[in-house]
Amino acid sequence: MTDTTTTPVTAPPVQPRLAGLREVWYYFSHSRGAVIGLAVFVALVIVALLAPWIAPHDPIFQYRDKFLTPPVWQAGGDPRFIFGTDAIGRDILSRLMHGARYSLLIGAVVVTISLVGGIILGLLAGFFRGWVDALIMRIMDIILAFPSLLLALVLVTVIGPGLFNAMLAIALVLQPHFARLTRAAVISETNREYVTSARLAGAGNLRLMFRTILPNCLAPLIVQATLSFSSAILDAAALGFLGLGAQPPIPEWGTMLADSREFITRAWWVITIPGIAILITVLSINLIGDGLRDALDPKLKRS
Amino acid sequence: MKLMKTLLTAAALTALLGGSVYAKQLVYCSEGSPEGFDPALWSAGTTFDASSRAVYDRLVDFELGGSAIVPSLAESWDISEDGTQITFHLRKGVKWQTTDYFTPTREFNADDVLWSFNRQADAASPWATYVDGASYQYFDSTGFKAAFKSVEKVDDYTVKFTFNSADSTVFVNFPMDFLSIGSAEYAAQLEAAGNMAQFNTLPVGTGGWQYVDYQTDTVIRYKAHPDHWSGKENIDDLIFAITKEPAAAQEALKAGQCDVIPYPIPADVDALAQDPNLVVTQTPGENVGFIAYNTQQAPFDKKEVRQALNMAVNKQAILEGVYSGKAQLAINPLPASSWASDPAGTIGTYDPEAAKKMLADAGVTDLNLKLWWMPVARPYNPNGKRMGELLQADWSAIGVNVELYSADWPVYLEESSKVDRDGAVMIGWGADNADPDNFLGVLLSCAAVGSNNRAQWCNEEYDAKIAAAKATFDQAERAAIYFEAEKIFHEEAPWLLLAHSNQYLAHSKRVLNFKQDPLGFHRFDGVDVAE
Amino acid sequence: MLKFLLKRLALLIPTFIGVTLVAFFFIRILPGDPVQVLAGERGVSPERHAEVMRQLGFDLPLWQQYFNYLTDIFRGDFGTSFASKRPVLYEFFSRFPATVELSLCAIFLATLLGVPAGILAAVNRGKWIDQATMGTALVGYSMPIFWWGLLLIIFFSGYLHWTPVSGRIALNYFFKPVTGFMLIDSLLSGQKGAFTSALHYLILPTVVLATIPLAVIARQTRSAMLEVLGEDYVRTARAKGLPSRRVVALHALRNALIPVVTTIGLQVGVLMAGAILTETVFSWPGIGKWMIESVNKRDYFVVQSGLLLIALIIMTVNLIVDVLYAIINPRIRHQ
Repeated sequence: MTDTTTTPVTAPPVQPRLAGLREVWYYFSHSRGAVIGLAVFVALVIVALLAPWIAPHDPIFQYRDKFLTPPVWQAGGDPRFIFGTDAIGRDILSRLMHGARYSLLIGAVVVTISLVGGIILGLLAGFFRGWVDALIMRIMDIILAFPSLLLALVLVTVIGPGLFNAMLAIALVLQPHFARLTRAAVISETNREYVTSARLAGAGNLRLMFRTILPNCLAPLIVQATLSFSSAILDAAALGFLGLGAQPPIPEWGTMLADSREFITRAWWVITIPGIAILITVLSINLIGDGLRDALDPKLKRS
Repeated sequence: MKLMKTLLTAAALTALLGGSVYAKQLVYCSEGSPEGFDPALWSAGTTFDASSRAVYDRLVDFELGGSAIVPSLAESWDISEDGTQITFHLRKGVKWQTTDYFTPTREFNADDVLWSFNRQADAASPWATYVDGASYQYFDSTGFKAAFKSVEKVDDYTVKFTFNSADSTVFVNFPMDFLSIGSAEYAAQLEAAGNMAQFNTLPVGTGGWQYVDYQTDTVIRYKAHPDHWSGKENIDDLIFAITKEPAAAQEALKAGQCDVIPYPIPADVDALAQDPNLVVTQTPGENVGFIAYNTQQAPFDKKEVRQALNMAVNKQAILEGVYSGKAQLAINPLPASSWASDPAGTIGTYDPEAAKKMLADAGVTDLNLKLWWMPVARPYNPNGKRMGELLQADWSAIGVNVELYSADWPVYLEESSKVDRDGAVMIGWGADNADPDNFLGVLLSCAAVGSNNRAQWCNEEYDAKIAAAKATFDQAERAAIYFEAEKIFHEEAPWLLLAHSNQYLAHSKRVLNFKQDPLGFHRFDGVDVAE
Repeated sequence: MLKFLLKRLALLIPTFIGVTLVAFFFIRILPGDPVQVLAGERGVSPERHAEVMRQLGFDLPLWQQYFNYLTDIFRGDFGTSFASKRPVLYEFFSRFPATVELSLCAIFLATLLGVPAGILAAVNRGKWIDQATMGTALVGYSMPIFWWGLLLIIFFSGYLHWTPVSGRIALNYFFKPVTGFMLIDSLLSGQKGAFTSALHYLILPTVVLATIPLAVIARQTRSAMLEVLGEDYVRTARAKGLPSRRVVALHALRNALIPVVTTIGLQVGVLMAGAILTETVFSWPGIGKWMIESVNKRDYFVVQSGLLLIALIIMTVNLIVDVLYAIINPRIRHQ
């Protein structure tokens, strides 16, 4: 399926799209929650990028005489370890900072895989309809018939525990949402005038799908991608909690939590603090997602 | 409903008559559900506690709170001169339990013994596979099947066992759970009714308590066997409340809902011991946690490399970080309490500098080591991952590049046994019985290479010692041979020896005469409760 | 309507077959097997191993195994658990009530709090009460619930000693399960204090499992209310001078609740995923925990049939929601 067409396609002109972006930002920036979310998220990204330089300690270095040191504000705390140390004397703050890298990476990788996969499948289904559509959508139904976490859990058990495998499994279970969204959007767009005119101008299938139709279905996909980013982080943490996520000594937040369960009555900080990190990250992304949805969805826009 | 009525009647009676006929109840918060109630089919301690230790008796038994062997259904026994025959003289007047589902017509006799052994030995017996996927695991894997030749009935109260060779490790199998004695009469009834699977769900034994009811994953109820041969037990109602989460069991113990809990969290043991209403007991565990190098793989085939690696490990940090200090560092591959443990054994020295030098002298540089860490908590190792992280730090400090590797537990077990396995594997062992061969032979003999000998270590000199000890019946003589074998072990260093994890148990002060079992059973014979 | 129903049912057939295939092949590519798990450190001889695998029917050609599996299912035989040697169906139904009880309580709590919270936020749109409610809802929506459970245990059980750590009822109450629902059974038992105790044990797990559905329902109610409040007939009612509270109660609420009901129905899948974590944290003896344990033990037929049964439940609930929606929807249009 080579696309040799060179005819310029009269898709929606570029100018309004830029204006659209500006409009989106206008609405987005007027939502206080969204802006706070974005600020926190940017801060997290900075921490993650700079972790090796700004973390006070090596995240895997074990201070052998400092097992389970409480946070600095509690009796017995050590000013060197602001959030205390874990069961084998590693600085929790440094582990959290490095852990941010993994959580954000998980979100980014999972969203990329499931978004790309979902878009391709959705486009194929919505564009060709018929048996292609039926086949793809039934497969999506099958995936959705299982509780996502259970399916991811079995998948990881099959392909082996580990961070990358966990990401693959989560991407697979999140992917049907993208496929369904894309398909619905494609079906509603296919009969629009600009698509027909592009087709008449001789645009090939690939070009029609990716250059003509796709850009016009992006809004719901962006919102879904943001939501999936946060579910990916939560699901990866849950898999880590069930012992199937990141492998040691990687400071992934969910794994940090799972490793500390036995200290539930003795050292509250080793459990509480990683959880707060997960909550803040997910919350900030969901705030952004809400802001984006309000900004992109004309129905709820303030008139 | 019937049960309810009984309970209500009991409550009413208690109210009427005051404390005098008060049914004594003990609630044991067990850590898991039994796999079934036929002990011969299973291997988990949880299952044995709920089946063999409560409901059944054996020909001989472990003494209460120890591992010496004492009479039970057999009053006495003789071992033939050449060591290949054992004759048991059975106790008379032993009554089977009468339950809703079985009424015995006769007392215990030699037929029951024959049935209990032959159903496991004889592959043609209808009992060989009486439930789907059933396997008499222990009978196979302890080597009893290989040693066992036949069992004969001399008279109603005498049975004679014949074995293929003189083997001093055979007799210690008799007090083990898989050799519990079941009722041949009950079995015949079930067989006739075509309902053999019931043998695994509704047990009948001669033991101290009889089965009343089991609600899956929730509670098992027993009542005292009124005609037990050694007299009725003090506890009338024995209740196993299944509480899988140790933290929950601890809370229930403090709240008085449990009387005994088996595995308090080591990190919480000190706090529990301070509770004025509780007693915490401990025994050194009959287990060992260790790292097995692959001694057939370069450069770990050089004993200097293994010795150097051992020397680089800070075992105190592992004791604190992994075991919360609740373990004994191992000086030998078997528990220090064993008569076969050489007191001259040591935990080894911690000297990273010397270790580094030793590696350099051996001509080993840029050493890469794949370390297998256990994905599950076991009695001998509560946290494999943390142990892996500690070891990684220690070995990195002498310039060894450690890759932490793990796999799902079943895969881990299988893959780590293979002779061509890459790297050192974290593993351990819990004793089946108190015989030293259960550690020194099972885990380190040449025959076990490719299976339980995960160091893949076959040392002819060591192997000869172990075989000689096995054919020796005098304990002092055997011990001397084992001491020599242990010296070879220390010199050759196939393992990094770690620790024997202590076993803890907590119970309320109202529980009297409870003895913690060193083999890890939870037995309630002889236990009483204060009113 | 009938045509719609038939079409929806027809769609289920390929999905069902797909689900059986997934469940079937998953356990055949799972590394490790139950025989090894059971043998533990002791290991198992290759002969013994082969023998057990043969008994389990794993030596047959794949297609034949699958065919046997399908025929067994249609005869209502879901296989036998390797770990307990009891029928999977029996094991399933001895745990299912625990999960259902927990889930129902959670959905009840979520609806009870979520719908009023959403309405309150909608009618006070933009005010602090709206922001506070929706802010809280978003926190709930972002919650890693396994951590949330641990946190509640630390505080309410460990620190305040108000609630038990785990379990379904205090250990001093014993009665035979009649329905499997602890709340009902405790009442039937007639034992004093049993019901209160069962309730007491349900509180924390319910709160944890309800957290995310509660947030979703509150958010959904709010947006549905806002949409309806903007519709013509509501505006007309307002213009006619009806007091705002009556407008909300009579006109808006009834219509806004329809998508909310759908949302509640669709939380079943979410609940199932949540139940896995909640049951793990609280040692709740339900099917979520059972499935995880069975995967770890490689209890083949439990995993195979458990996956199938759970998928069937989700598919059925989704079908019911769809049908209900289709029944309700035309009426809305006619109004």
